[in-house]
Formats: sequence, C-alpha cells, structure tokens
Amino acid sequence: MIRRIAAILGLVFLAAPIYLAALASLTPESRLFEGPVLLPSALSLEHYRDLFSGREFWRPIRNSMVVAGATTGLCVTLGAFCAYAIARLHFRGKRIVLGTILAVSMFPQISIVSPLYLLLRQLGLINTYPGLVLPYLTFAMPLTVWLLVGYFRQLPGELEDAARLDGAGPLRTLGEVVLPLAAPGLAATAILTFIYCWNEFLFALAFTVGPERRTVPVAIALFRGQYQVPWGEILAASIVATAPVAVLVLLFQRRIVQGLTAGAVKG
Amino acid sequence: MPRSDATEARRAWLLIAPAALSVVVVALLPLAWAVRESFHLHDLRAPWLGQPFVGLANYAEAVGDARLWQALAHTAGFAAVSVALEIALGLLLALALHRVFSARGPVRTLALIPWALPTVVAALLWRFLFDGPTDWLADPLRAWIPIVLADLWKTTPFVVLLLLAGLQTIDESLYEAARIDGATEWQQFRHVTLPMLRPALLVALIFRTLDAFRVFDLIYALTGGGPGTATEPVSLYAFEMLLQNLRFGYGSAISVIVFLVTFGLALLYVRTVGAGLLEEER
Repeated sequence: MIRRIAAILGLVFLAAPIYLAALASLTPESRLFEGPVLLPSALSLEHYRDLFSGREFWRPIRNSMVVAGATTGLCVTLGAFCAYAIARLHFRGKRIVLGTILAVSMFPQISIVSPLYLLLRQLGLINTYPGLVLPYLTFAMPLTVWLLVGYFRQLPGELEDAARLDGAGPLRTLGEVVLPLAAPGLAATAILTFIYCWNEFLFALAFTVGPERRTVPVAIALFRGQYQVPWGEILAASIVATAPVAVLVLLFQRRIVQGLTAGAVKG
Repeated sequence: MPRSDATEARRAWLLIAPAALSVVVVALLPLAWAVRESFHLHDLRAPWLGQPFVGLANYAEAVGDARLWQALAHTAGFAAVSVALEIALGLLLALALHRVFSARGPVRTLALIPWALPTVVAALLWRFLFDGPTDWLADPLRAWIPIVLADLWKTTPFVVLLLLAGLQTIDESLYEAARIDGATEWQQFRHVTLPMLRPALLVALIFRTLDAFRVFDLIYALTGGGPGTATEPVSLYAFEMLLQNLRFGYGSAISVIVFLVTFGLALLYVRTVGAGLLEEER
C-alpha cells in the first residue's frame, strides 16, 4: 500500500509540471495569471500562433533539425566502423582507445569552449551549421561509439565467422552481415544521439550570434517580452521543443532504456 | 605476432581512424590548446596587447578570485545536495515501482519524458511554477530551491531507470532463501537488495555527480546565476569570462581548473563503470 502511494506520488511529481505547462500554453494571455487552475476554463491557440508568426519559431526548429540530424548521421556512420573494430577485431591499444573515448565523453563542455571558439572564428565558422556540428562531435561521437560497442558485442558471432571463412574482409562482413543484424541497435543509438544534440545548449549559445542560426534551446532561453516575461509563448515553445523527443521516447522507449542502462548494471 | 594478426590490427586501425581522428581534432587538441591559452594573456577586446606568455599569472589570479571560489562552492554544494536527494528519491521510487507496476508502458514513458526534454525547458517550466507573488528568485538562498527541484525533476527518472534495471538482475531465489531464514523485509533490503544494487548505485552516483558538477543550462535559464552572483556555478562564471568579458587567457585557466576537478571524478568513473567493459579485453 505504502509502495503504491509512493509510486503514485512520484509519478504525479513527474507529470504535473508538463501538464501545468501545457495547460498554461493553451490559456489566453488575459487569464494566464488568475491563479493556479487544474482544469482549463478557456482554451486558445494564440500563443502557438504568436510563436510561429511573430517569433518565427520555425527557424530554430529548422536549425536544430539540421544540426542534430547531421551530427547524428556523421557519428553513427563513422562510429559504426570504430565500434565494430573495437567489438570484434583483435589489436593492441584497444583499452586505450576505449578508455580515451569514455574519458572524452566525460569532458566538461566549458573546458574546451575557449579553443573551439578561437578555432571556429579562425575558420569563419561562427554562426554556421558546420560551426555547431563540429563541436557536437565532442560529446556525440564518444556516446555513439560507446553505445554501438555494447550492441555489437551482444550480436552472435557465428555468422561473422562464417562470412570470414568465406573470405569476406572486415568491411564486407560489417556491411553485409553485422549492420543488418545491428539495425535496431543502430536506430537506438541514433535516437539517443539525436536527443542529446537536440537538447545541447552551451555550444549552441557560444557559437551562434543572431537568430538565424540559433537552435531551439537557445532561442527559448533568450525569449524576451516587451514589458514582462512572455510566459505563454515560452511555454508553448517548450511544448513544441519537447514534442519531437516525446514522440521518439514513445516509439522507442524499450530500446532507449536498454541503451541508457547498458554497461551500467553489469559494472 | 603472426601475419594474419598484423593484418587484422591494421584493418582495425583503419576502421577506427575516422572516428578517432575526429575526437582528437575536436576534443583532445582543443583541450591542449586551452591549457596553452591559460598560460597566456589573451584579451580579445585588447588585441594590441598581443598574446604574451604570462606563466602562472592567470592561475595566481584565480587563487585570489573570490567570485571563482564562491562559484566553485556553489557548484560543489549544488552537486552534493542534488545528487544525494536524487539517489535517495530514485532508490525510493525504484523500490516502489519494482514489481508493483511493471516498469513498462505509461510509467516508463512518463519517467523518460523529463529526462529526454531539453534542460533549458525543464528550467523554464520550474521558473514558471515558482513565478508568483513571492519572488523566490530574488532571494540568494531561496533561489536554490527551484534550481534543485528542477534538477531533481529532470534527473531522478534516469536514476530510477538505472536502479530498476539493477533490481531486475537480482535473483529472486536470494529473497526466498532470506525469507526461509526468517529475514524481515528490512533485513532483506539491507542484506540482499542493497549489496546487489551496489554497482548500479555507484554508477548512478558517479554519473550524476559528474553531470551536476557541469551544471550550466539549468541555472542559466532559471536564475542566470542571480540574484547578483548568488547562484552562479563555475561553468557559468567561466562562460561569462570567456564570451562576455572576452578574457580568453583567464577564462581558459578557469576552464582548465574545472577540467581537472572533473577529470578526477571521471577517473573514478572509468575505474568503476569502465572496468566491466574493459575487463573483457584482458
């Protein structure tokens, strides 16, 4: 009984802020601060309309899609080769490679902001898409490789052995045997990487200047109203920013949880 | 080494090269560059000064910088409080959810959404919830309450999922044996659950500590470090020194200090978590 109550309280704590935010985002501006309400008295889409017409919120959405999509594609492609070699081939220095990758994934972003800024400025890449994709590799590549090594290791090795006996090299074995088998793992990795890129804030704040290249989190954080905090629009934007990750979570939750907890429990 | 092994090793390095090279170029070299910067005077607003080597002057300035010490204390305090609460709350919730609700379907979705949404959004949601007649964010101490709550809200689900996964690996027969021996529910928890859950708890603890120590987005969007600098964490201070004050030398020195602190913690992480995966390479 106590367990049940604790569980329900916990779930309410998780759900309530999203519910209240969604509700407020649909409440007309004039009634927004009448006090806490649990059920809507009047609904309107005015904040969502303002968001897309007045604030041109489609721009940050486009930017986030491009940057997160490109980073994910790049990382999963390059990461798959690297992870396969680590998971299946024998060579010296593997522990060092894997240890370095893990260590890099722990880097505090702030510790490399200054050189990356100077580098991107030198290359003229401040406020451009490549100027975000390149820094994003710092956290996305280690994440991808780490997850993929875990997935590749779970695959049965017999088919690869058969392919090798038939004279296929590692690249062909990878392309024709391993990748099709690992497709679900690749998808889960891609989703996790995409979510991390979609949510990234520090680099996007540091390496963009105007509204043309700002990503969703940066755009929301920098929303300003004329006289007061534009809560209606901020919350509408928050719901819009949450929607894609919520959809991914709904569709792929089992795999996401597997990816998140892989390696952690057997530790 | 037999020839086939040499061929395999060469192929392995070829497969690794693109990913490894990108990590070297975008992460390792910049880190070395940051260290180099930290030994120079480099003020983007005063380019006529050049970039002279100043030895440890930036670090000497850091040692005497009260705002930096304050920011470090804020960060450590925030990490300690929020991680302790997250682990406690996460353990409680995981135990409550385990077996009662199968952690599937709606429960899992609900737990994943706060984890998956942008931190900035979590910060703004909680700022909205605390927006009212009492101005919480104007008080140097009370401003921490929405910050810690937002962090709890966003990251406890992750801890719960880790611990639930850990709980599922515990062999049911251990509990049966304990019950046959007449162990009470508390004794079962104390002598079966807790020791078996230790690896998962350790991972959650270290992973969360590292993450909390890097806190930036949450505070940027919730209080902006204010009122004044009362809630400013060290990442935010370094960021401001770099991108607002444009003092790249001194800002880099602060960044390197942050790196060294987290590196210590990361080593711990590699030793505990990494050991499992690296073990298989022996």
